[in-house]
Amino acid sequence: MSVRVQEAPFDIGAEIDRIRAGDARIGAIATFVGTVRDVNDAASVSSMVLEHYPGMTERALEAIVDDAKSRWAILDARVVHRIGPLAPTDAIVLVAVASAHRQDAFAACEFIMDYLKTRAPFWKKERTPAGERWVDAHRSDEDAAARWSTAPD
Amino acid sequence: MLDTRTATLRIVYLARLREALGRHGEDWAPAASGETTVAAIIDTLRERGGAWSLELGPGRAVRVAVNHEMATPATVVRAGDEVALFPPVTGG
Repeated sequence: MSVRVQEAPFDIGAEIDRIRAGDARIGAIATFVGTVRDVNDAASVSSMVLEHYPGMTERALEAIVDDAKSRWAILDARVVHRIGPLAPTDAIVLVAVASAHRQDAFAACEFIMDYLKTRAPFWKKERTPAGERWVDAHRSDEDAAARWSTAPD
Repeated sequence: MLDTRTATLRIVYLARLREALGRHGEDWAPAASGETTVAAIIDTLRERGGAWSLELGPGRAVRVAVNHEMATPATVVRAGDEVALFPPVTGG
């Protein structure tokens, strides 16, 4: 499976090993790991819960990966996104992209994250000293996704 | 052929919307024609007042998916469809 949604932590090394195994065409693997910070919007965050929309989430992630594959010469691309309770320093998301040369892997990895931030149905609820609160979406994430709407070179 | 007198679609509320509206979802009977639009459903929900008019009102960002695909206000929906309303996503 190229995308997974799970409560359990993921093993970045194991994911990279699985991508490398058996495909000698791969010359580059770019990875991105998103982690939980202990501060957001001027409040300290002690924990969070990640909710998603079962049924749509995997489909949305697969559509993003397919889109990346149509734009760059990618040999493999995987997304692992966690749900449920998470604490500061925990890893939330892994994107790993393999290609023959680094440019395709770097660009596709960034693209997948930018689209995931605006198109995959996940929502964060943070616990702060003032109580629980849903995280607001950021305009900057929309802008980051919008810059890919022109075709890559 | 669907019996449009009794056939319904399913509305699902997620994340902040689920909490603000106080429910996970509801069954919805489209008009006699058997189909409606996302915009028409939201307009009718807003008329309930209170949290409905606030959360679904002007200036509030609401995203919609129909059968697990992102949709627009003009998207046509029919009995048997699943229509999800939710706030802008915040994963990653």
